[in-house]
Amino acid sequence: MDYVLNLILIIITAIFVNNVVLAQFLGICPFLGVSKKVDTASGMGMAVTAVLLVATIVTFCIQKYVLEAFGLEYLQTIAFILVIAALVQMIEIFLKKTMPALYQALGVFLPLITTNCCILGVAILVIQKDYDLLEGVIYAVGTGIGFLLAMVLFAGLREQLAMSRVPKAFEGTPIALVTASLLAMAFMGFSGVDGGLKLVFGL
Amino acid sequence: MNYFKIIVNGIVKENPTFVLLLGMCPTLGTTSSALNGMMMGLATMCVLIVSNFLISCVKKLVPDMVRIPSYIVIIASLVTILQMCIKAYAPDIDKSLGLFIPLIVVNCIILGRAESFAAKNNPIASIFDGIGIGLGFTLGLTVLGSVREILGTGSIFGVNIYSENYGMLLFVLAPGAFLALGYLIAIFNKLKKA
Repeated sequence: MDYVLNLILIIITAIFVNNVVLAQFLGICPFLGVSKKVDTASGMGMAVTAVLLVATIVTFCIQKYVLEAFGLEYLQTIAFILVIAALVQMIEIFLKKTMPALYQALGVFLPLITTNCCILGVAILVIQKDYDLLEGVIYAVGTGIGFLLAMVLFAGLREQLAMSRVPKAFEGTPIALVTASLLAMAFMGFSGVDGGLKLVFGL
Repeated sequence: MNYFKIIVNGIVKENPTFVLLLGMCPTLGTTSSALNGMMMGLATMCVLIVSNFLISCVKKLVPDMVRIPSYIVIIASLVTILQMCIKAYAPDIDKSLGLFIPLIVVNCIILGRAESFAAKNNPIASIFDGIGIGLGFTLGLTVLGSVREILGTGSIFGVNIYSENYGMLLFVLAPGAFLALGYLIAIFNKLKKA
């Protein structure tokens, strides 16, 4: 029972309290780059969630059964980034063959994901936090949903923003950053929720 | 080509933080104080200079098809070396920068410069490009870190300016990073037009 409650705690913390974009600053490039429209933003968010899930499982196995088994932990960064790059390519080929509709929807975003730091970041964090495989998977899914949520909220705000008049110097990125700041402030309302839940769950 | 010009180009015209808007994750994530920002900038600069040099040296040996993966391997090896050095000689910095040191691998500035400069120019010019862009990045992070530290805790590089009680904690936390960077870029835009 405690284990299940712990998993719930991990996913809620990853989505709201330690939101990957707004609190941990991972994956800022797509957050600012492809958030002009809600549907592209949600496409990117879903693609990232899918890759996060697969990448976390694969990197976890690599770490446990290859790197640690042979005492090669120092190769972590190199091994992870190569595995992630290869994985993204493979997912792209796989989707193209089996699910053309999904490929059409996510296609353009997939190559961009390799250089999204939240994938490598989460892979390393899962190892650092000493999670087991299930906890790691839950954490990855939570992070992905958190990313999706932040993207969709931010894209909605930017769609409205495009119609308003902005001072000349603030046009483009500066006003987007100020908007992101307000969104981050809203998410700060969740801080401390993880501690409260811990008490409620009695962990 | 004028080496001095390459350096100035990196600091002003192609400043990665304020003009190219590259490498936003460490820019926002590590600038809670001026010192942290500067350390992150210097760490990135070290990797950038060496990777630019090495990639420029091997550019003729690497087939076009496997260009990007081989660049990533070079960059990742350099980052691993840097990570080990920082862990061994400056554990405090390792603690404060944490996850963002291995994440230098996926910093778009480094791969971007490899593609757009080092793959087209000679090794010496590439070193100077690394110095220029690296200094520009360091400068950007230090300025952002200073602004956040002054507004947030009333000190700069740990030296107290006014009482901490008047500091706005918000600027040390996540929203302050977005806000300060947004305003700094707006100021930079305004200055460029003037």
